[in-house]
Formats: sequence, structure tokens, C-alpha cells
Amino acid sequence: MENLDALVSEALAKVASASEENALYQVQVEYLGKKGTITSLLKTLGKLSNEERPKAGAMINEGKVTVQTALNVRKTDLQTIALAEKLAAEQIDVTLSGRNQQSGGLHPVTRTLERIEAFFTNVGYNVAEGPEVEDDFHNFEALNIPSHHPARAMHDTFYFNANTLLRTHTSPVQVRTMETQEPPIRVICPGRVYRCDSDITHTPMFHQVEGLLVDENVSFADLKGTVQQFLKVFFEKDLAVRFRPSYFPFTEPSAEVDMECVMCSGKGCRICSHTGWLEVMGCGMVHPKVFKESGVDAEKYSGFAFGMGVERLAMLRYGVNDLRLFFENDLRFLQQFR
Amino acid sequence: MQFSELWLREWANPALETQELVDQITMAGLEVDAIEAAAGEFSGIVVGQILSFEQHPDADKLNVCKVTDGSEEFQIVCGAPNVREGMKIPFAKIKAVLPSEDGKGFKIKKAKLRGVESFGMLCAEEELGLADKSDGLWDLPANAPLGTCMREYLGLTRDGRDDKIIDVDLTPNRGDCLSIAGLAREVGVLNKVDVTAPVIETVAATIDDAIDVQLQAPDACPRYVGRIIKGINIKAASPLWMQEKLRRSGIRSIDPVVDVTNFVLLELGQPMHAFDLAKLDGGIIVRKAVQDETLILLDGQEIKLNSDTLVIADNSKALAMAGVMGGAFSGVSSGKEGAETTQDILLESAYFNPISIAGKARNFGLHTDSSHRFERGVDFELQRTAIERATALLLEIVGGEAGPVVEKTSAADLPSCAEITLVEASIEKMLGLTIEASEVEEILTRLGMQLSTIEGGWKVIAPSYRFDMAIEADLIEELARIYGYNRLPVRTPMAATPLQPVPENELAMKDVRRQLVGRGYQEAITYSFVDPATQKLLDPEVAPLALANPISADLSVMRTNLWPGLVQTAAHNIKRQQPRVRLFETGLSFVPQPGKDPSNLDESLVQDPKLAMLLTGTRTEQSWSESDQNVDFFDLKGDFESLIARTGSQARYTFVPAEHPALQPGQTASIQLDGVAVGWIGALHPNLAKPLGLKQAVYLLEISLKAVRQVEVPAFKPLSKFPEMRRDLALVVTNATSVADVMSLIREKAGDYLTKLNLFDIYQGKGIDTDRKSLALGLTWQHPSRTLNEEEVNEAVDNILAHLADRIDAQLRG
Repeated sequence: MENLDALVSEALAKVASASEENALYQVQVEYLGKKGTITSLLKTLGKLSNEERPKAGAMINEGKVTVQTALNVRKTDLQTIALAEKLAAEQIDVTLSGRNQQSGGLHPVTRTLERIEAFFTNVGYNVAEGPEVEDDFHNFEALNIPSHHPARAMHDTFYFNANTLLRTHTSPVQVRTMETQEPPIRVICPGRVYRCDSDITHTPMFHQVEGLLVDENVSFADLKGTVQQFLKVFFEKDLAVRFRPSYFPFTEPSAEVDMECVMCSGKGCRICSHTGWLEVMGCGMVHPKVFKESGVDAEKYSGFAFGMGVERLAMLRYGVNDLRLFFENDLRFLQQFR
Repeated sequence: MQFSELWLREWANPALETQELVDQITMAGLEVDAIEAAAGEFSGIVVGQILSFEQHPDADKLNVCKVTDGSEEFQIVCGAPNVREGMKIPFAKIKAVLPSEDGKGFKIKKAKLRGVESFGMLCAEEELGLADKSDGLWDLPANAPLGTCMREYLGLTRDGRDDKIIDVDLTPNRGDCLSIAGLAREVGVLNKVDVTAPVIETVAATIDDAIDVQLQAPDACPRYVGRIIKGINIKAASPLWMQEKLRRSGIRSIDPVVDVTNFVLLELGQPMHAFDLAKLDGGIIVRKAVQDETLILLDGQEIKLNSDTLVIADNSKALAMAGVMGGAFSGVSSGKEGAETTQDILLESAYFNPISIAGKARNFGLHTDSSHRFERGVDFELQRTAIERATALLLEIVGGEAGPVVEKTSAADLPSCAEITLVEASIEKMLGLTIEASEVEEILTRLGMQLSTIEGGWKVIAPSYRFDMAIEADLIEELARIYGYNRLPVRTPMAATPLQPVPENELAMKDVRRQLVGRGYQEAITYSFVDPATQKLLDPEVAPLALANPISADLSVMRTNLWPGLVQTAAHNIKRQQPRVRLFETGLSFVPQPGKDPSNLDESLVQDPKLAMLLTGTRTEQSWSESDQNVDFFDLKGDFESLIARTGSQARYTFVPAEHPALQPGQTASIQLDGVAVGWIGALHPNLAKPLGLKQAVYLLEISLKAVRQVEVPAFKPLSKFPEMRRDLALVVTNATSVADVMSLIREKAGDYLTKLNLFDIYQGKGIDTDRKSLALGLTWQHPSRTLNEEEVNEAVDNILAHLADRIDAQLRG
């Protein structure tokens, strides 16, 4: 019994000097294991008297607990140190860029078209497309623009031959839709259109979206409501909108739509030629002749149509100042519209 | 059309400021494009007269003039070359202000020029902002009243209002507004003010000379009015007020005859023409041209006429292209440049049917004030009034004697005034509001319509100048226009809203685009017409559809595939230091079908939507984490496969080695869907790199969008609870053997329960014949309802190996 204190001291010293978990395990085995030196002291208890035995047993157990506690504490310490070392070793620079990140982007015209399509498909319009190489009938005749009509001069048409041309507007898709579908019709027709004109404010190809609604009891009031709401949701702004009488052979009455200049809020600036207004689309009630050519009963149904230039809307929305940028496809331009 | 505001106000003068008037007509559909001052801002300038002049003692080019304003005399030093004794000129006195570039005005002060005092300035037109360039002092007419303020003398200011030139952009339906009379009519209606037209009286004939007129094409020309005027002095000057009105309308003064016809055109809207009577052989014949008949026009160009061109002819020749332009030979001449001076004229005032004129001028590259009006429609009741107006004006300026008015009319061929029934209820139906019957009547009546009440509405007869009135909707538009579009109600459309089908077996375009964007591709939109040389390089076997009137040679054929635009876009960006390019575009390609009837567009041209992709440069952006490796075929293929993986249709696709003239042999595949070719993928042919301006390897893909959007709607298969069995095989095959072939042979013998087959290594080199490669394949079997046993799998493997050995001489790697 006399060497219990010595063994405990010895064990505690070894615990304190252990620098890894394995060394602690050795101490555990050497002193507290089944054959450990402190454990072995319990075997000497038999030699003691009945009075001495419990006291001695308690002392040995106390010694074991002391060593075990020290072992536990040291083990936790060593784990903490090891973790700290691991963390220090694994430290990274979180400001480095992520691995293999890449994302392309949509062309601003597509981005604009997708937004326009979403507004209209949400309220039940379908999206219709048509051929870009068109015949004279669908591009002109069926839209009440016979061959001698002065309005043809406004179109600067690209021709392949006398009857075949590149569509000058998306309106032929209206005709094609009405030819194949019974009212009620709610449709928008996005797409490429072509005019033989190229300068700072014109490209020979551009995009339009045409809208058409044909139903019973459709009036000019419905057209005004639709156009006003569209411009407000497109620009996410409560813009003033005005309707000006105009002329398109395929609508009657016809209107040009002006909206409050988005650049100067109607105060007048270079973009709106100091008028405070921007001309953004044409619209009107479908002309009875167009209904007739397309096989729709003009007695029963009425309808409205509107058409707008997508590049123009995109320029106003995103502040693009040069139309020609849309078709140069310079990545430094395109990447601004991710 | 541009016009003088004050001229309009002589006809209709509402209590509106210029801007209010301009806003009002714009909102009525006559869109004003521009307003500008009719002259520079000047003041204190009066009509003066040079009494005498002598040379400046110390300056060769200066004169010292004695000038009067009618009450006082002034000494003026002047450098103009055309000073003349008795000459009347604009005289700027001390304190007068001349227009200046900066808009502040240039104030005239007393000055000393080379020692001689000058008390004012004598002016040229240019200095008053009335002409772009002048050669000398403005030589005013001898009857100009001395001392009168120049602004008033020129009619630039009236009732304290400075005249403005207003440019209105009229839509093609409003030919009736191409005159002061027509514009005044509109202003009258909009403001409910009266329109005062000048009194036009008939001019009695003082001679008997009359022209014989024959209408040989009465459908095209149902009315021709002519009048001979003899003994005119064409050298007389047009009055300044007329010259000024013409100038402010953008028309140059030529000679009094031309000026008068132009004036009537502007005032009343009737295009007129004057012939030199001496050049005419017999009477006037209005007829269609003989095919290839020639005519030298007033502008000097000789044209070959078509058999559908209407001409004014005499007994032996065509004199003028009817309604478009006169001929040089028969035109009037004031004797300049040695030409004979015209003494006797024939005035023409005719009505030509719009269809006979429309498009004709354009066919010859011509567009004149006359053709512009005739093709839109000229009032067919106006011809006599116009010729009387012109006669009266002419006689006053050039003198002479007028013959009787000769009129030939084919009443049956004249248009008739449109008769339209307007149902009162239709107004509300179309506009969404009711307009009081009395207001309807007032608006239409002021517009010149004749109304009679019928049950539930009106019978309306449109005036002879409104060619755009044909149907009820036209009248309702007029009501809406005058009432004001912006006062009309606004409503949200009400409609039945049945659910719309959204086919699940079609991938949305949005998803196609998003997938490619997610893989780092940038969408491009390129022109559908391309450079024929580039197109030929990229698709030499198809003859593209060529435009008849391209905007330029490099945009002259329709693309037969989407590669020309993408390749040019890549080259454009690489040149601008953007060498890493990944692009896609969707759109139509235009593939002509030889041998098909070209008039049947649906058959002779296939316009199909395509998806094209282009890849070049490094695999990733230069980065701390990646090496700068360049992309290859499999990068593009992988990006494409990621797209078709979204459709669930991968198993239906095969990539078959093939050859395409634009793609590199050995790195080209035909993309097949269910065994049908739907697209191409490959490396751009090295021979094309240089002509296309590309130095780095470029990979291209094009595929039918219809194919790529086909989605397999998922069909659930129960999950197996039983373990998988896997065998790895290392097979040695010839280099030419494709992995796709090996895999399909394996599948043929693998039995029903092979669930996975993947290639995880390819090895060539040490231990393998140089003409062979080793493929490491993983095969996984799983049975849906039981555990597979070893024997079954071993038997399958044995069958596979035997099949491979037999068919492609494949051996297990030893």
C-alpha cells in the first residue's frame, strides 16, 4: 500500500508528459489495465484485516479515479490541439473564385421577348409563329394592302420574285392564325421581320411582336386597356400612355401609341426629341376586309391587333443607345444581359 | 407636307397658339414632325431704295450709297456686287437686329469703314435667314412700298404672330389633307370654326382658241380640263407673296407659270401642268403608252414607257407621263439658256384614277408632288375650280388672253361618292361608349359628309375628296378621331379562360435556352441573310435562295444553315481579344428544294427552325484552379448531350461517323434520332479556317429544333430491391472499332436484365498491338424481382465474349 502514492504520482507524471493519444493509452494499460500496477494493488487487499480492507480499497479506487480523470482531461486537451492543428493546416482563401463557374446569357432581344410572352401567356394568349419567307398574299393582300397601295412604299420590301418576299411585319401570322383557328383567338406572334433599310436607326432585320384578340364584343376600350397595362408591366412604371389616330390598312380605327418618355419622365430630353413622348407601337381594330380574307365572320366577331418593335422596347428598357449593337453580337455587349 | 401657319390661318384661324394647334392636329392623326421659324429673327428692317452710289475712296470693293427709307436719307457703305441706282433693298437701320447663329441677334450700330461712316446695312436674303446662299443684295420688286417693315412686307408677321413652317407627316389615307384647303377643313372641324376659302370666280374667255381633247383611257382618266392662254409674258416675276408661300412650302420659284400651278397644287390640292402650246401637234390625247415608247422628262432623263403607263399625248407623240411628270420638249420656258420663250400655253387640270397612277412613278424611280397626290386620291370635283383659280392668278401676273375652259368627262368612269350606312349601335359596340346623336351629326357634317336619318342610324354620303371612306368602321374612326382617342373609355378585356394545353412531350424553348446558358453558352442573333461566299464554304452543296434587292452583296442570300452567322460572330469576337467563344443561336434555315414548283412556297422552300452551337477556345476561363486546355469535339458533344438528357430521349440518339464538306473528316458525326439524320456535329474543316478568318480550332453543331425538343414523358419502372451484379471487361479491339458498335454488340447478348453499361477507360500503348486499343467496360445487371445467380451472369458474359470475338475479333486483355 505504501507505494500507491508513488504509483499515482508516476502515472500522473506520464499523463502530463504524453504528447499523443497513443501514449495515454499506454499509461491506461500500465496503471489501470487488468494487469496494471495500480489495479494489481487490489490483489494485496486479501492480506489485510477486515478493519483495514475497506479503507485500503477506497484509497486504491481513489487513486484509480485520480489517474483516470487526468487521463480524460489530457485526452480532451490532445484532441483539441490536434483539431486546431488540422484546422490550421486546412485553412483556405475563401475569396478565391469558385471552380469551373461559367454561365452564358440570353440575347437582349430574347430576354425582352420572353418577358413579353410571359405577360400575355399568363392571361391566356398563345404564341404563334410563321414563315419568314412569305408570299405576297399573306404579307400584303390579305392585310388590305393591294399591290398599288401607297402603304407599300412604307415597307421597303425585300423580294425574291414578284410573289415571294421576306415578311415586313409579323402581321401575316395573324392571317395564318385566323385561317386555321376559330374565335375566340388570343395570340401573340413574335419573330424576325425584314425591311430594306439600313442606317443608324434601322437594321435590315429586326423583331416584332404582334398581338391579336378576336372574340364577340371586343371594343377599342379593350385595346386601350390591354396596351396601357402592357406598357406599365413591361417598364414596371406607372407611365402616361396616349393614343393618336393613325393609319394601317389592316386596322380601322387605327392608332399609334405614345408613352411618357422613360428617360426623362415626360419632361423632354434628347431621346424623345424634347416632346416628352415616345412612339412605341401601332394598333387598331381588325379591318373587316382582313376578317373576310381570313375567313372570320365579321358580323359576329370583332377584334384588335397591336404590333411593336422589340429592339426599340429593349433599348428603352435597358438604355441601349445604338440599335446596331444588337446584331454585332459582340460578347462584351451580350454579356451585359445575363 | 410642309406649310406656312399664317397661310393656314388665312383659311381657318382658331384661337390657339402655334404649339396648341400643332398638338391638336397631331392628336387628330395629322402627325407634326417639325416646326420651324419661317425666317430668321430680325427686326427694324424696312424697304429702302438706293438713290445713288459712288466708289469708296479707299476701297475697291466697297461703295458708298445714298439710301432712303421714304422719309430720310442715309449714308451706307456696302460691299455687295449688285448695287444699282433705284434698286429697292431690305434696309437695316441703326438698332435693327439681324438673325445670328447663336440666336441672340446681331445689332446694327453706326460704323466707320475705311474712314467713311455707315448708318446701317443693306441686306441679302441669306442675311435675313430666308435663303441658304445669296449672290448679292436682295433685289426687291420695284413696287415694294418704301419704309414698310420687311416682316410685314413679306408676310412673316401678322397680328403679332411670326409665321412658322409646320411639317406634317400624313398617312397615305389622308390625301385630302395634302393642301391648305384640306388642312383648314380639319382645323375647322376640330375647333368648330368656319373655314374661309378665297373667292374663286370664273374667268370669262376673251379668245376662242380651244383644244381638242380625247379620252382614250377613260377608266384611268375620266376627266380632263384644259384651257389655252395666249400672249403671256413669262418673264414677269411672280409676286413676292406667292414666292414666299411657295418657299415656306419647300418649293422653289421657277417662273410665273410653274409657280401658279404649284401654288394651286398647294392651296387646293389639284396638281396641274402647263404645256407650251407651240410644241403641240394637234389636240390632246390621254392614252396608254405604246410599249417601249420613249419620253424625255422635265428632269432630263429619258424613260422607256410600258403599255400600262398613262400618258398625255398629242397627235404625234407622248408629251407627259400623266400625273407624274411633264416632258422636257413640251414644257414652258422663260427663254433661259437660249431656249425659245413660251408665249402661249395650255393649262391642264385633270383627274387621274389613283390605281392608274399608284406604283407607276415608283416603277421609274420617280416620286413627285403630283404623283404623291394622285395615287392617294385627288378630289374629282375640283378640276374646274382649280383651272379657274390658276387662270385668274396667271392673267394677273403674266397677262395674256384666256380661251374657254374645255372639259372632257366620262361620267361612267368617275368614282362615286361612298354611301355608307352608320348604325348608331355600332358606335358603342366598337368604341365602348355612346356619342350623342347630335354630336355624331355635327362631326360628320363638318367633315363634309351628307347625312340623312334612317331607322337606327344614318345614311352617309362621303365627300368627293375622302377616298378613305368606304365602310362603317371608317366613319366610326372619324368620330373617335374628332371626339378624341384619349377621351374614349379603357377596359380590361373579359374572356372565357379555358385551361391551355401544355404538351409535356415538347421541351419549352425557354428550357432549351436555359440549359445552354447554364453550360456557358451565349445566345447570338445574326442576320438571316448572309454572305454567299461564306455560305458556300459552310454548305457548298445547297444553292441558297438569293434576294432580288439585297441591301448589300454580303447580305444577299438566305442562310441554308445557321453556321455562317455564328462563325462570323466568333471571328468578330476573337479579333477583339475574346478568344474563348461559346455561342448558340436558334432560328430558321432556308433550304430550297430543287425541282419543286417555285410558285408553291410550301414545297419549294423548307423553312425549319434549327439550333446551332459553336465552341472554341479554352475549356474554362483562365483560372487558378484549372489548366488552360483547349476544347475538343467531346466538350461540344457533352454540352449537347446535357441538353438531350433533359428530354429523356438520349437513348434514341446515335452519332454516326460521317462526312460533311465543312467539317473535318474523322471528327464529324451525323446526329441521328431514331436512325433519322437530324443534325451535324464536328470540327470545322482545317481548310476553311483561313478563308473564314479563324486561326483556332472551332467546333460546330446544328440540329433540327423540332427533333431536339422531343421529350419522352417519364414512364415509371418499379425499383428493384435485389442486389446488382457487376462485371468489368477489358477488351482489345482494332483501333477502327467504334465504342458504339462494341456496346450495341454487348447489349445484343447481355440478356434482359443489363441495367448499366459504361466505358471507363481506353488504353493504347505498351502491351497492346499498335493497331489495337483496350476498352474497359463496366456491365451491371439487376433483376426486378429476384437475386440473379452467378451462373446466369457468367453465361451472359461468355455469350458476349463469343459474340464479340466472332463479329469484331475482340479479345479479353490478357
